[in-house]
Amino acid sequence: MAVLTEEQSLLRDAARTWTQEKSPVSAFRKVRDAAAPLAYDPAAFAEMAQMGWTGVIIPEEYGGSDFGWLSLGLILEETGRTLTASPILASAAASGAILLGGTATQKEAWLPKIASGEVVGALAVDEGPHHAPAKVATTAKKTGAGWTLDGAKTFVLEGMAAGLLVVSARTSGNAGDEDGISLFLVPAEARGVTRQALKLADSRGAANVTFAGVELGAEALLGEAGKGHALLEKTLDRARAALAAEMLGSAVQAFETTLDYLKTRVQFGQVIGSFQALQHRAAKMFTDLELSRSCVEAALTAIDNDAADVSELVSLAKAKMGDTLHLVSNEMVQMHGGIGMTDEHDAGLYLKRARAQETAFGGQAWHRDRYARLQGF
Amino acid sequence: MADLSDFRAEARAWLEANFPASLRAQSEAVAELIPGGEKPTGDALLWKQRMAAKGWGTPTWPKAYGGGGLSAAEARVLAEEMAAIGAGNPVQGMGTSMFGPTLLEYGTEAQKQRHIPPIVRGEVRWCQGYSEPGAGSDLASLTTRCEDAGDHWKINGQKIWTSGAQYADWCFCLVRTDTSRKHEGISFVLIDMHQAGVETRPIRLIAGSSPFCETFFTDARVEKDDMVGPLNGGWAIGKRLLQHERSGQGGARLMGAGKPLPEIAASYVEEDELGAEDVRGRIIAQAVDARAHTLTMARAAVESRGNLNPSAATSVMKNSGAKLGQDKAELTLEVMGARGLGWAGEAFTDEERTAVRVWLSGKATTIFGGSSEIQNNIIAKRILGLPDPLGSN
Repeated sequence: MAVLTEEQSLLRDAARTWTQEKSPVSAFRKVRDAAAPLAYDPAAFAEMAQMGWTGVIIPEEYGGSDFGWLSLGLILEETGRTLTASPILASAAASGAILLGGTATQKEAWLPKIASGEVVGALAVDEGPHHAPAKVATTAKKTGAGWTLDGAKTFVLEGMAAGLLVVSARTSGNAGDEDGISLFLVPAEARGVTRQALKLADSRGAANVTFAGVELGAEALLGEAGKGHALLEKTLDRARAALAAEMLGSAVQAFETTLDYLKTRVQFGQVIGSFQALQHRAAKMFTDLELSRSCVEAALTAIDNDAADVSELVSLAKAKMGDTLHLVSNEMVQMHGGIGMTDEHDAGLYLKRARAQETAFGGQAWHRDRYARLQGF
Repeated sequence: MADLSDFRAEARAWLEANFPASLRAQSEAVAELIPGGEKPTGDALLWKQRMAAKGWGTPTWPKAYGGGGLSAAEARVLAEEMAAIGAGNPVQGMGTSMFGPTLLEYGTEAQKQRHIPPIVRGEVRWCQGYSEPGAGSDLASLTTRCEDAGDHWKINGQKIWTSGAQYADWCFCLVRTDTSRKHEGISFVLIDMHQAGVETRPIRLIAGSSPFCETFFTDARVEKDDMVGPLNGGWAIGKRLLQHERSGQGGARLMGAGKPLPEIAASYVEEDELGAEDVRGRIIAQAVDARAHTLTMARAAVESRGNLNPSAATSVMKNSGAKLGQDKAELTLEVMGARGLGWAGEAFTDEERTAVRVWLSGKATTIFGGSSEIQNNIIAKRILGLPDPLGSN
């Protein structure tokens, strides 16, 4: 565990208390079973916003607390533990883009609303089933003083809840080129924007979004036209690190629930945790969790310090955390045996969430490859 | 081998004449690990009736009970010919794969006459009453009671993970007839599921379906002559049946049906994308392991020289097959990316919505029929001769 400031300790404790009391796994199950339209509980999200969780990375002048990404990670670790569904992560990622590339006017226009929870933000980046930030075929054409957007984005996390979409679009070049990508701030209710809610295995909110002749003003362009790729990667690195923190929480809880079972389930006249074969597998998971926590905290800290090796550490964290979560989520089912296969048990919820978290913003293979390239392998 | 080529020609001709062409199109369909409740109609029913009359649904069973009377080698040829035209076995179920072979080995003549022909004809569905909430891997700790009620046995207790119990006509069941001894207090009985004392409650699984049940017995009645083997002698029979179960699972079924991974990858992954090489390496490793598994199955078939009885080595094949199937399902999901997580709705193809369910339901393959851990114990103990820290089992 990273050395925390007093503020961070208080924040983590508050997050733990609130999620355990107000948002246990049963709350997520209720949202799932009710097929809630936004795939989260708006009342719970309002409470989170009330506690300031929507403004953790936003400067005080725009209504946030400016606690930074490590602090946000502490909250997401706790929400990840109980599988709490909320747009905290998606909104933080969108506000991250504005913080990194926005003008004072753009910040003033969006950040206070995101910090208060009035507006949910989301990143609309990928156009296929795999994470590929440079594969942008969506186009933005200069029309008069503004822009016209055409194209389609897939698997936009919290795309149905979003009031603001941060959209990557091509202002020159071809899909796959890093040059020629620009980012745009697109109000979700703009004419020509249509959204299709997706029903995914993890029951979280996601949408496909299409843009048909969407007219945007000049103020919609975020950063420099055609030079958006670096800004996009920087933004995505923050989203990936935040997601890794959520994954850490999910993995730790999946592990602890399994460990409890090893200590209580009796077969052959003894608790099954007394069998060495299972003890060693538990010890391996614990080791992997410790290693993963180091990577996740290092990535978040590097972001807060604006360090030079943010991208490397983020890919390291997403790859290592992904592998650990993959293992722990599978072992959770296997070690629970038959009961872990039932819908009534939580193991399936963790398993489904795990694969969605692994897949989002680049899976393990994607990040291993990126890490290698950044290292010059 | 002249006999075999004669038989191959005979089998091919018979299948050509009797397998309805309309069923060929379904050969690509993913086989369900647990059979559902629908009874066949139309051509599917016709195919079942023809196979039942020929006895080829249970090809190696004696002709005296309606079986095919084929040798193991002939049965393999038949299976190959059926696979070549995409013909499934329409009478396949727990009766053919597990209970029948066990009853043929341990049952009395009267029991065989009563129970085997209806299995051959595909008329009855059997389910397995083994696991209980407190007796999973430690199956011998089961507590479902069977008491002597004069002219019949009286059963009270609860079973769990009873596959297809909601559709079953009969249940082969391990019950406790002596509470003072563990393994030596278990008997093997046959329970008619169509009676007031039997209640089934489907269990919803993580893939959304409910192939298993909780089954409750309240003063359920078992006829005196429906106990297989001696009183308190059921454990050996029950274990034997598990070997038949595992040998059925070691086959291609657990390895995962459907399209080969490279073909799926070709339509979802672009060669230049990050991680493509990494995924490719793991797809190759899975293909190598799958081939090794298939070759081992073939080698085991040759080495058994017609001996149909399963052995402790079936544990090796069960673990290997289950892992291959799970690896394939995980890789399929990874290759499909976010589309592989599609649960419902028109945004996803049938193939994608199936992939996620195959992935989830496949997690059961390393748990049911004796978990991987239990199989490894069997391998260590019975094949490798390592000491058992739990004492005798």
